[in-house]
Formats: sequence, structure tokens, C-alpha cells
Amino acid sequence: MKKNVGTHLIALMAGMLFVFGVCGVGIAADPIKIGVAGPHSGDLASYGIPTTKAAELVVADVNAKGGILGRKIELLIEDDVCKPEIATNTATKLLSAKVDVVVGHICSGATKAALGIYKDSKIICISPSATNPGLTQSGDYPNFYRTIASDDAQAQLDVDFALNTLKLKKIAVIHDKGDYGKGFAEFVKKFLEESGKAEVVLYEGITPGAMDYSAIVQKVKRSKAEAVIYGGYHPEASKIVTQMRKKKMKTVFISDDGVKDDTFIKVAGEFAEGVYASGPKDTSANPLSIAAEKAHKEKYKSDPGAFYINAYSAMLAVVNAIEKAGSTDYEALSKALKTEWVETPIGKIRFDDRGDAIGAGFSVYQVQKGKYVELK
Amino acid sequence: MDWEYFFELLLGGLTRGSIYALIALGYTMVYGIIQLINFAHGEIYMIGAFTGLIVISVLSLLGLNHIAIICIAAMVAVIYSTAYGYTVEKIAYKPLRNAPRLSALISAIGMSLFLYNYVLLAQTSDFLPFPNLIPEFEFMEPYSHIFSSNELVIIAVTAIVMISLTFLIKFTKIGKAMRATAQDKEMAMLVGVDVNRVISATFIIGSATAALGGILIASHIGQINYFIGFIAGIKAFVAAVLGGIGSIPGAVLGSLVLGWTESFATGYISSDYEDVFAFIFLVLILIFRPAGILGRTDTEKV
Repeated sequence: MKKNVGTHLIALMAGMLFVFGVCGVGIAADPIKIGVAGPHSGDLASYGIPTTKAAELVVADVNAKGGILGRKIELLIEDDVCKPEIATNTATKLLSAKVDVVVGHICSGATKAALGIYKDSKIICISPSATNPGLTQSGDYPNFYRTIASDDAQAQLDVDFALNTLKLKKIAVIHDKGDYGKGFAEFVKKFLEESGKAEVVLYEGITPGAMDYSAIVQKVKRSKAEAVIYGGYHPEASKIVTQMRKKKMKTVFISDDGVKDDTFIKVAGEFAEGVYASGPKDTSANPLSIAAEKAHKEKYKSDPGAFYINAYSAMLAVVNAIEKAGSTDYEALSKALKTEWVETPIGKIRFDDRGDAIGAGFSVYQVQKGKYVELK
Repeated sequence: MDWEYFFELLLGGLTRGSIYALIALGYTMVYGIIQLINFAHGEIYMIGAFTGLIVISVLSLLGLNHIAIICIAAMVAVIYSTAYGYTVEKIAYKPLRNAPRLSALISAIGMSLFLYNYVLLAQTSDFLPFPNLIPEFEFMEPYSHIFSSNELVIIAVTAIVMISLTFLIKFTKIGKAMRATAQDKEMAMLVGVDVNRVISATFIIGSATAALGGILIASHIGQINYFIGFIAGIKAFVAAVLGGIGSIPGAVLGSLVLGWTESFATGYISSDYEDVFAFIFLVLILIFRPAGILGRTDTEKV
């Protein structure tokens, strides 16, 4: 039995060598292989499937026009079920199929697991959805890019806005102790302290759903903070803003995507006026985004799902980079991704040195006359 | 010592404690009379706030004066909530009066789940804005940055309710009947007290004060949703236990102590642990006075 397996393996390896050998010869007609990895089955399939659809639509488009550099694009779609331990297998499988670029993975954990493998083989990987800050900021993965803002981008934007646009010096940071709110608040605090331009006069968590927040409001007042940066969702934010305004406090209120919700304005009413909140950039007016959604509706007869627009943008960025670089060589591609601007559904983007998309991400909005208005 | 800050926290805690007290009264009175923890009580408070909002929305269309609107809304909410309180008792507790106490407790939890899901389905799961109808009094203007008219109204209403309730229990016939029923239900029955009527009256009074609390706090913080009753109910229940469940002055004292503990803990230590401090305090008090601050240890039931 043991011997048998051995012989099979040798036969298999010989076979593979033969196949690759053949491929190597026919360069001219060789397609560019783009791997698409993400969860395509299991609980989180709905996060991964829109990306494959976006990839298919872009590839159909490009191939219909004759491909890039005279070569057609071929997609290799692999499932990683969003699990790090499976993602490594997915990555190995894609490598053995000789992919040139990978679009994916979807989940931050799976992406991180697969990235090391791509890095060793010098394969570029562009994720439409992995938001973990460390993926780009640690500097461990020079082959990684993404077309979504990282978790801390919002905090960075709000801090920049408070320091540079509003020129505030004393800031209170409050959060709702939840994953999202506290994560945001921790980044805000870190960025404020690093900037050295403003002082964090108060950093506290509140209990979501409490009857009122008068004590914390008094504390903010006593701290003489010029602004509150709040991490959390709108129900608590509207209570805090209402109580601050009723106490005649003019403290600026800045918050996150959880507050950039029309319910906040409805509930806080007149007290909501002037509140700042960051949220994803408005792409609904972008013609490319409209076209991408229309293509999906025509082909699949349904609305696109999660990260579709980001995946569409990632595909366009890859195609553009290969075209500009004139090859699929790692160094040339990296350079093209970092220097060549490309029009995508999420806006005109290129990537910074760490791999985050410049030109994509969040904007600051302000409540003006009962509506959130994007501040340019 | 920053006295202004101290007074702000004191008044904030007093306001919060007053609302707890309005709800806690219902818990403690019902417990005093039929030894039942009425978990549906928090939902009665929530229904009071919702009814108030509906009435206010309708009356605002008619363009009435603000004070008239809030008074009518409060009255309708009180009537509506007492109807709920009365019905809940008749449907869920009366048939179980002679059953083991645990059965009635489960029935109460079921009623609570039923009521808030009913409001969730019949109304909405959204947060709704609650208009601020309590006027800004002119004489309060110089102090409004410390103490708003809203808070003054909450504290004043609570004080009035407490005084009239004490009067009701001490000096009226129904009050006497309540005290008799609380002491010994069977004996009260034997001497001709209509126990069913007394129990209904208890539920009605408790529901009315809870509804008032609901309207006052909703107007103060400016929003409601279907889930507000749960947390407020739990806190008020804690306050009732803290003060000694079954005792009316105890419920008020317990509520104020809880309100102050939360307010001062947030103000001087950290709001991260607001609830933790409140419950540490509860545990400490119960270690030294197992029946609560003003509660009597009931030796008969050992």
C-alpha cells in the first residue's frame, strides 16, 4: 500500500511537470490568470459571492475587448470558507495553478493566513473587504493592497478633521464599550495622543441603553472639552447630544458611521444640528458605480451584494495596473498600483506605500437643516 | 472640592432616583400585598410612555397649548396603563394566586415578554423622538446650565406622588384595607375586606405611577423605543430590593440611593463601571441588612 502511494505520487509529479512544461512553451496565447478567493459556501458565502460576480463581469468586459496586452484573462475561483486554516490551502492551490494576481480574500483572518504564502511567491493580493488595520500598517505584507478603508481610517479622518479643520485642543473621547465603538475610540485616542496637538481630557465608556447620561454629560462639561468624539451607535449618541444641548453646552460632537444614520436626526431633532459624523464616501452619483450595478442587474437579475463595488474596483485596478506595467511581473505591478491613478466605482484611486487605497474611504458629514451633508 | 459639580451630580442622581422611585413603588406595593415580583411592571412604564407619545402626536395636530397637551397626555397614559396593569393582574396572576409562587413569577416573565413584543409588533422597533413639552420656566433660567426645568418637574411630581400615596395608605379606607391585606390576607378576608378589590387597586396605583415616570423621563431625554421598560424595570426592582421590598418609604429611599450611587460613581470614578458600582453597593447593603435598608426580616416564613 505504502509503495503504491509512492508510485502514484511520482507519476503525479511527473504529470504536473509535463503540464507546466507545455504551458511554458505557448507564451503568446497564454491567458493572464487571476485568482479569486473568498467564502463561496458556508455561513459567510454572501460576503464572498458578490466578489466573484464582480470579477466575472469585469473579465467578460475586458475579454470582449480583446483582453489586455493581447492576452485574455482567466479566472480561478477558490473557496476559503472564511477560515484561516482553509485559506492556506486555497492559497497553495492557486499558486500551483500559477496565478498572476489574487483578488481576495474576503475575511481579515483568512486574508492574513494566506498572505504569507503569496508573499513568499511574490504574488500580489488585493482584497475588497479585509479591514483589519494591521494588514497594511504592520508592513509585513508588501504584496497586499485593498480597496476598502481600514478600521482605523475613520478614526484617523475624524481626528484629522478635529485637529486640522476645527483646530480643537481639548477633546473628550467616549464610547459605548462595544466592539465597534470601543475599537473606534481606542484608535481616536491613540491618534490624538500621537499628534501631540490636542489633549484627551476624558476617556470613558458608557452603558448602552441607560436611562439617561446626565452624569457623563456633567463630567464632559467639567473637563472643559471643546469637543466630544463618540464611538458607538445613534441611540446613545442622540441621548448624549440632547442632554448636552439642554444643559446649554455648545460642545462640538463628532462621531462615526454608527451615528451617520437618519434615525439620529429624527430622534435628536433640532439638537442634531451641527453634529459631525463620518461615513463611507457617497458613491451613488459615480457613473462607474451606476454602470457596475446596472451590469449586475442585467446579468444576474438581482441587486449586488456586500463588497461588490469594492471588488469591481479591485478588478479594475488590477487590469489597469497590468496594462500600465506591460507585464505581470511583481515589481512592475507594484509600481503601477502605487503610481497609476484609475477611475473605479469607489472613486479615482491609487494605492499608498502601505497598500491602502488613496481616494477611497470615508468623508465627514455634518447635520445641516435636518440632513447629513458631505463636507468636501 | 468643586461644589457646583457636586450639586450637578447630586441633582442628576436625584432626578434619576425619582424616576426609579416612581417605578419601584409598583414593585414594592405588589410584593407587599401578594409577595409577587411583577416583572411585567417595566413594560407598563414603557406602555405609558408610548401612549403619551401617541396622544401628544394627535393633540399637537389640534394646536393646543403645550401645558394642556402634556397634562391630557399624562392623564390618558395613566388611564391606559392602569387598564393594562389591571388586566395583566386578572389574566396572568389571579388564576395563579394559590399556585406555588414560582408559577406566578414565570407568568410575570411571560407577560413582560408578551407586552414588549406586542408593542414592538404593533408599533415599531425604531427609536422615536419624544417632544419636549415641559416649558422652560423663566425663574429657572439663571440655573438652567445646572438644573433644567424638566428635572425640577420630575422631582416635584415624584414628591407630590409620594406625599399623596403616603396620605392614601395612612388615612383612607382603601389604604387601611391594603395594610390589612399585606399583614394577613386570610384574616383580612375574614373581617370583610374585599381582597380582590384591594389587589386590583394596588396594581392600578403602581401602574399609574409607572406611567407618570414613563412620560416624564421620555420628555426629559427626548426618545423612546419598545425596550426602555426592561432596563428601567430591572433598575427599579434593584432599588426596591435595596430599600427593602414591601416597604414604600424603602422603595423611595432605595431608588434615591441607587440614583446617587450611579451618578457619583460616574462623576468621581468612571462611567465604565456605573452598573458595577451600583450592584456592589447593593451586595454590600444586603450583606449587612439582608432585608434591605428599611425592610423587616420576616421571621414567620423561615
